[in-house]
Amino acid sequence: MHLFPIRPPEASTLAPQWDHLFYFLTLLTVFFSTLIFALVFYFAIKYRRRQKDEVPPQNEGNLILELGWTIIPSIICVFIFGWSSQLFMRSQRPPAASTEIFVVGKQWMWKVQHPEGPREINQLHVPVGVPIKLTMTSEDVIHDFGIPAFRIKKDVVPGIYSTEWFTATATGEYHLFCDQYCGMGHSHMAGTVVVMKPEDYERWLTSQMNVKPMAAEGERLFGQLGCNTCHPGQGKNAGPSLQGLFGSQVKLQNGQTLAADEGFIRQAILGPQAVAGYPALMPTFQGQLNEEEVLELVAYIKSLGPPAERKTKP
Amino acid sequence: MSTVALETTPTLPEVHYLNADYGWRSWLFTTDHKRIAWLYLISITFMFAIGGLSATLMRLNLIEPSGLLFEPASYNKLFTAHGLVMIFFFLTQSIPTVLGNFLIPIMIGARDVAFPKLNLLSWYIYVLGATIFVLSLLTGGVDTGWTLYTPLSTTYANTNVLSATVGIFIAGFSSILTGLNFIVTIHKMRAPGMTWFRLPLFIWSMYATSVIFVLAMPVIAITLALIALERVWHVGIFDPGLGGDPILFQHLFWFFGHPEVYILILPSMGVISELVAAGCRKRIFGYSFVAFSSVSIAAISFMVWGHHMFLTGQSVYAGLVFSALSFAVAIPSAVKIFNWTATMHKGSVSYDAPMLYAIGFIGLFTIGGLTGLFLASMGTDVHLHDTYFVVAHFHYVMVGGAIMGYLGGLHLWWPKMTGRLYPEAWARFACLLVFVGFNLTFGPQFILGYVGMPRRYAVYPAEFQVLNVLSSAGASILAVGYVIPLIYFIWSALKGPIAGPNPWGAKGLEWTIASPPPTHNFERTPIVTEEAYAYGPEEAHVG
Repeated sequence: MHLFPIRPPEASTLAPQWDHLFYFLTLLTVFFSTLIFALVFYFAIKYRRRQKDEVPPQNEGNLILELGWTIIPSIICVFIFGWSSQLFMRSQRPPAASTEIFVVGKQWMWKVQHPEGPREINQLHVPVGVPIKLTMTSEDVIHDFGIPAFRIKKDVVPGIYSTEWFTATATGEYHLFCDQYCGMGHSHMAGTVVVMKPEDYERWLTSQMNVKPMAAEGERLFGQLGCNTCHPGQGKNAGPSLQGLFGSQVKLQNGQTLAADEGFIRQAILGPQAVAGYPALMPTFQGQLNEEEVLELVAYIKSLGPPAERKTKP
Repeated sequence: MSTVALETTPTLPEVHYLNADYGWRSWLFTTDHKRIAWLYLISITFMFAIGGLSATLMRLNLIEPSGLLFEPASYNKLFTAHGLVMIFFFLTQSIPTVLGNFLIPIMIGARDVAFPKLNLLSWYIYVLGATIFVLSLLTGGVDTGWTLYTPLSTTYANTNVLSATVGIFIAGFSSILTGLNFIVTIHKMRAPGMTWFRLPLFIWSMYATSVIFVLAMPVIAITLALIALERVWHVGIFDPGLGGDPILFQHLFWFFGHPEVYILILPSMGVISELVAAGCRKRIFGYSFVAFSSVSIAAISFMVWGHHMFLTGQSVYAGLVFSALSFAVAIPSAVKIFNWTATMHKGSVSYDAPMLYAIGFIGLFTIGGLTGLFLASMGTDVHLHDTYFVVAHFHYVMVGGAIMGYLGGLHLWWPKMTGRLYPEAWARFACLLVFVGFNLTFGPQFILGYVGMPRRYAVYPAEFQVLNVLSSAGASILAVGYVIPLIYFIWSALKGPIAGPNPWGAKGLEWTIASPPPTHNFERTPIVTEEAYAYGPEEAHVG
C-alpha cells in the first residue's frame, strides 16, 4: 500500500469510466478556480487603493456579461448532467448474466453468502471478469456497502432489498467499507474484497467445509416451516404453486399487479397479501426468520424455474 | 476620480446605545435590536467554542489510524456534537442574529425591528434550547451523527437522543420568530424613499434567508417530534421493525436540510456584497442580478433535497430531476461570484481585513461550489458519497464561505458596534492564518475522499494516515486564526482607538450615524434619495 495515496486502485469495468468523468470535473474545477483567483489577484493588485480618500469611477453592470456568465455555465452543467446521468444509469443496471451474491448488514459486520453455500464475514471473494450482482439488506439500521476500487456504493436498508453490481478487472485485495454511519462500531464494519482468478475462485468455493447451496438450505426451511402444505410442487392447494413464480407478474386480490422479484418474495413471506383467486390465509413470518433465512427461501423459490416453464398449454 | 471625506480626529458620542443604560437588567430585558445582537454574539461565541473544541479533539484523534485518544463510542459523540452545535446553535444564528439584528433596522432607516419584544423572546428561546442541548452533551452526549438517521436514532442508539432533539426543537422556534420579525421589518419599516432596489444587498439576502427560516424550520420541528414519537411511544413511522419507512425520515430531514444549507450561506453572500462594495468603494456590478440570485437560490433550494439520497434506492427518474435541479441552483451562486469579481475591476481595492476576508471567501466558495458539481452529478456521487470528499466540500462552503463571511462582517461593522477600531495588522495576520489553515485542513480531505476514506470513521486503514496528519496540522493553524480575533476584539472593545462614524469611507445609512449609534438609531427618520452604494458623484446615482 502506498504511504501517500492520491488515487484509489482502478479495479472494475466501471472504474475507468468513472475516473474519466472525475478527471473532467477536476479539470473544470481547476480551470474556473484559477480563472477567478487570477482575476481577483490581478484586480486586487492593479486597482489597489493608492490614496486613502479615492473613489473610483462607477458603473452599472453589463447585460451581455450577465447573460454570458449565466448561459455558459448552464451549458456546461447540461453537458455534465448528461454524461453523469448516463454513467449512473449504467452503474445501476446489472448485466442479465450476473452471478448473484447475497449480503446482509448487521451492527457491525457484513455477512456474505454465496449461492453455492459458503458464508463469510467482512470478506467478499469474487472471480475476476465475471459480472457480480449483490442483493443486500440490513437486519437493523441503514448501512452502505462501498468498494472504492470498484467505484460502487449503495445503501443497505432494513426492510428492502437493494442491489449493486460490478465486474472486477484485476485480481488482488481491496477495501470494502460501510459508508453509512450505523452506530458505535461503524468504522469497524470494514473488510476486504478478494478478487481471484476464476479457477482459484472455484477452488476456494469447494474448499469451504460442509456447506449446502442456499437453494437447498431454502428447500429444507420450506419443508420445516410447513410452507409446502399450502404451496404444493404442482397445481394448487390453499395457496398457489410457487413453480415458475420468480420473474412473473402477480395479480393481487386488491387489483394491483406486481413483478415477482426478490423484494416481492421477501415481502410475501414477511407481510403477505392475498393473491387474486386465493383466500387470505397465509400467516406472517415476521420475527420468526432472520434476513439470511429469508434470502435462502428466496433462493429456493428462484430455483423453481423461470416463468416460461409456468405457462400451461390450453 | 472623486474622493470621500474621512474624519481626522473622531470622538465617541456622549450617549449611545451601550452606555444609555447600565446594569444586568438593562441587558437581559432590553428590546434594543443592537443590544440583542450582543446577547446573541456572546451566546453563539460560547457555542462556537464547544463546537470548535469537539472538532479539535476529533482532529487530534485522527492523527493515529487506530485513534490517538478516544474509543469509537466517544469519537462518535464528538463528531455528532460538532455537527449539531455548529449547524443548529452557531451557523444558523451567526450572521442573521448578530449582524442581521444589528444592521437590518439601521440599513433600512428604522428605529428597531417590527417586533422588538418578540426579538428578545427569540433570544430566550435560543438560550433555553441551547442550555438543554448542552446539558444533554454533558450528561452523556449523542452518537447519531448530526443527520439523526433512522432507525439508528429512534430504535438503536442508547444515548441522549431525546434531550438533544428537544434542545434543537426549541431552538428552531427562535429562528422561526427571527425570520418572521425580519420579513415584517423589511416589508413595513423601510424609511421613505428606501425602495426595494435601493436596499443594500445584505438586506436582500437576509430577506431570502428569513423566508427559508419560516418555511424550513417547521419541517425539522415536525421531523424531530416524529423521532420522539417513535423513540418514546414506539409509534411505527421510520423503523421497518415497527412497520415504518426509514427512507421517509431522509425525505423529511433533507427537505429541511438542504434549505438549511442556504440559511447558512445566503447571509454570508449578503455580507460579502457589502464587504466588496465597501472594500472597492464601488457599486456592486449587476446589482439586480445579485439580488435576484439570492431569491432564486432560496426558491430552488426547496427542490433539491433528493440529491442527498441518490444511493438510498430512490427512483432513478426522481434522481435525474433532483440532479438537474441541483445543477440549476449552482448557476445563481456562480453569477454572484462573477459579479463580485467584476466589481473589483477598476475599483479602489483596500487591503484591510474585511476586504481580505471577502477575497478569501470568493476563492474558497468558488472551490466549494465547483466541488458541489461532483456531488450533484449522480454518476460521480456514487463513489464520493459519504466520504471525506463530501466533508471537504461542505466545509469549503460552510467554513470557507459562511464563517469567512461572518468574520469579515464582524470586522467591517465592529467599529460601528463598539465605536472602536481593532488592530489592523493583527486582523490581516489572523485572516491569513484562517485562509492557510483552512486550506491545509480541508484540501487533503478531497484526496482522502477520492481514495475512499468514509466519513465518521474513528479508526481507518494505515495508508490514509499522512493525509489525516496534514489535515490535523492545518486544523491547529486554523484554531490559532480563530483565537487571535477573539483576543484583539476584546482588547478593542475596551481600549481600541476611537473609530468615528465612517472609518471606511463607505456608503450606506449605517455609516451616516454615530459609532456606536444612539439607542434609536436616527434622530429623525432619514429620507432616502439614492440607491445603495452611491459612491459616484452626487447627480449620477439617483436610482
